[in-house]
Amino acid sequence: MLDQTDGYVTADGRQIGPVVMEMRNITLRFGGVEAIKDISFDIREGEIRAIIGPNGAGKSSMLNVISGFYVPQEGQVYYKGAPRPPMKPFEVARQGIARTFQNIALFEGMSVLDNVMTGRLTHMKTGMLAQALWKGKAEDEETANREVAEKIIDFLEIQAIRKTPVSRLPYGLKKRVELARALAAEPSLLLLDEPMAGMNVEEKEDMSRFILDVNDEFGTTIALIEHDMGVVMDLSDRVVVMDYGKKIGDGTPDEVRSNQDVIDAYLGVSHD
Amino acid sequence: MTAEMANQTGMTSIPALLLRNASQFGSAPAYREKEFGIWQSWTWSETLEETEALALGMLDLGLAPGDHVAIIGRNRPYLYWSMIAAEMCGAIPVPLYQDAVAEEMAYVLDHCGARFVVVGDQEQVDKVIEVQAQLPEFEQMIYLDPRGLRKYDHSKLHQYSHVQDAGRAKRDELMGTIKERIAALDYDSTCVMLYTSGTTGKPKGVVLSNRNVIETSKSSSEFDDLRRSDEILAYLPMAWVGDFIFSVGQALWTGFCTNCPESADTMHVDLREIGPTYYFAPPRVFEMQLTQVMIRMEDAGRFKQWLFHRFMDHARKVGPAILDGLPVSAMDRLKYRLGELMIYGPLKNTLGFSNVRVGYTAGEAIGPEIFDFYRSLGINLKQLYGQTEATVFITAQPDGEVRSDTVGVASPGVELKIAENGEVFYRSPGVFVEYYKNPESTAGTKDADGWVATGDAGFIEKDSGHLRIIDRAKDVGQMASGALFAPKYVENKLKFYPNILEAVVFGNGKDECTAFINIDLTAVGNWAERNNIGYGSYQELAQHPQVLETIQGHVEEVNRSVAEDEMLSGCQVHRFVVLHKELDADDGELTRTRKVRRRIIEEKYADIIAALYDGSSEISTTTEVTYEDGRKGSISATLEVRSASVTSATQKMAAE
Repeated sequence: MLDQTDGYVTADGRQIGPVVMEMRNITLRFGGVEAIKDISFDIREGEIRAIIGPNGAGKSSMLNVISGFYVPQEGQVYYKGAPRPPMKPFEVARQGIARTFQNIALFEGMSVLDNVMTGRLTHMKTGMLAQALWKGKAEDEETANREVAEKIIDFLEIQAIRKTPVSRLPYGLKKRVELARALAAEPSLLLLDEPMAGMNVEEKEDMSRFILDVNDEFGTTIALIEHDMGVVMDLSDRVVVMDYGKKIGDGTPDEVRSNQDVIDAYLGVSHD
Repeated sequence: MTAEMANQTGMTSIPALLLRNASQFGSAPAYREKEFGIWQSWTWSETLEETEALALGMLDLGLAPGDHVAIIGRNRPYLYWSMIAAEMCGAIPVPLYQDAVAEEMAYVLDHCGARFVVVGDQEQVDKVIEVQAQLPEFEQMIYLDPRGLRKYDHSKLHQYSHVQDAGRAKRDELMGTIKERIAALDYDSTCVMLYTSGTTGKPKGVVLSNRNVIETSKSSSEFDDLRRSDEILAYLPMAWVGDFIFSVGQALWTGFCTNCPESADTMHVDLREIGPTYYFAPPRVFEMQLTQVMIRMEDAGRFKQWLFHRFMDHARKVGPAILDGLPVSAMDRLKYRLGELMIYGPLKNTLGFSNVRVGYTAGEAIGPEIFDFYRSLGINLKQLYGQTEATVFITAQPDGEVRSDTVGVASPGVELKIAENGEVFYRSPGVFVEYYKNPESTAGTKDADGWVATGDAGFIEKDSGHLRIIDRAKDVGQMASGALFAPKYVENKLKFYPNILEAVVFGNGKDECTAFINIDLTAVGNWAERNNIGYGSYQELAQHPQVLETIQGHVEEVNRSVAEDEMLSGCQVHRFVVLHKELDADDGELTRTRKVRRRIIEEKYADIIAALYDGSSEISTTTEVTYEDGRKGSISATLEVRSASVTSATQKMAAE
């Protein structure tokens, strides 16, 4: 039974829509290791949903389940109201889901612009031959896609490095380029895997600003994994807390903050 | 000619010039801006349409004649139009420095009583909202980039394009009023108000009339033969008088095209793409570019390096002479041509200077090596001397009479006079009307006959008639021994070294001179990388013994050169420290145009100055710093105080 009620209104007055994706009793095993144990939660339209937890809690595995990269042994993923069958990555992308990676997966030898343009691939309809001949439709299509890419470059303020090969960029900028590529796909659901890992305070602030702006400007639903509690609490509307593959908390940042299990997981508790 | 002249009469305001340009050459490009990776351009007719639409919209929002309209943002065509639109409504545009923190902005906004504020983006909106409680007269804000602003309360806030749309809708009803207001503008009505950055005290609002702006634009355009086909890149702060004259005054007078970069970071790429024919940059920019060229040359292959140095040596020898049209042997000319092909041409292209016909630098003294480097490449770089109160131009170097140590001859229409104490005075059609709401300062600067004190000490060279500036008049002092103290003179010599970004010399009324030095992180950082010297922070690099050794070498060289000048030999630097932080406008240590504020530095670093004079070998200090967002923090450091050897003046005297 899928919850199709109207959603809720956030503290800053944004209207959050109905559920777009629901995880129902997900269990994921790698051989004998249970990475995710019987987890259920949902992601609603227009919200920023965070998944947090200590190292090895199963956060990245969870994101891979959401993105369709891992198929759970038990449980079911519902996307837009219907159970989602196992899919190939490009099928996921066509459904309007885009993601970034924890350990940056860009084409290092290509320029920033070309990397962002690869994000438009799912929107290109003309065939390989037409693209190669560069006539008529293919040309128009390239122009239209370039326009989208340029708007995103402008949005993320990376105009100055448009033509720079990615390999020459510092880490913080690469992260931003990766976000740009994901946005170029014009996703309805954006998955961010530790977007702020390894950044300094200033870079984190910039990235937070961009995430909020993306959500605000394009109405993109965002699910993100993050290590840094402070950032997550400021950024997200609702938070799922995982520990040892189990869900130990789910709610608004304030609710989660005062949850005893969460405090124990983060601050440590003596096991007797 | 006569027909042309007839058309020029009645051109007594900026909006009138825009109307003229739109009717005479409406299809020529007026403004360009790079956006979404492409240069978007607007013709003069389109500019007129956009500007009128905004003026109509602002009128609809209740903009009244005599109101002040503050304009805050980076250089964008839309913001230039908003200045002209304000004038169309009979209001006075007041461009502000966009990087100013909220409190600084509050002072200026309150002082001019701005009812309308036009801003670029959310950052500026936030700053104005933060201080709006202090601004009783503030009513409406118009913003350009809607990003992040959707959830804001829009009762006082309007999107630029929406204001234009509202204006277009009411065109029939309101156009009559706009026409009346434009017609009411004459030569004596205020064209713009610009706040001086103020090396001392609070900024002052300099009121410039249409006469000031148009007369100056006209005579300076003629002086340099500016044409409609010229291109400039508008990248310097809009609040600075120079940008107003170049991008609005001269642009509208001659009808050339103003190009706005995509963002501050892309300036150099955009410069290359546009290839301006008329270019202005403060010495700092030229210095930075030269440093970058040299650093990149060090990475080049040996053959390229050899070629570069060989031809650059030749260029230094004959380049400036060729540029000035002096006789040069045919062989040297041929070699220079070859150099143009191999080195100078490609280098100019990389720097974006291929098409520069007239280039200016001003604001600070420029190092002779830097100046000669650009001139030897065949770039017609010249110096000018000016200030906001003069609507920029006081003196400028005519083609063929360019030297690094003078600032040129009086600009057309400008009279010069040197007071007994050496202070330079001028009188011209560009002399400002008044300081807004500040009659005392106005009277203190401008006398009844219209002579204005520049605050700079200088003299006119007998043979050439060129003006030479020594220092700020109020900074020139006396040492305890009675010798002349001119800190800027020594500081400039120090700053000519690429490793030194900024220097502050003390010694007024003291026995000896001492100095603060800021290292240049680009140059020193590159040197450190090359020599495998690791450093964790600016602070650590600044205090590295080898860095201190290098800086000491520079200081001692400067001392030797200062000692040669008998009048100023007392200004040799005896002791110095390399500071643990860069002097910064956010901390109030520099003005927004990056001039040193001595009083503030003296107060803030009193402990370090004391250490410079009490003979101690190091000093521990804690300094408050302001971050870009206005928050404060502090850094502490232990600085080594170094003594530099000086060439004794007494010894020299005895020898003579």
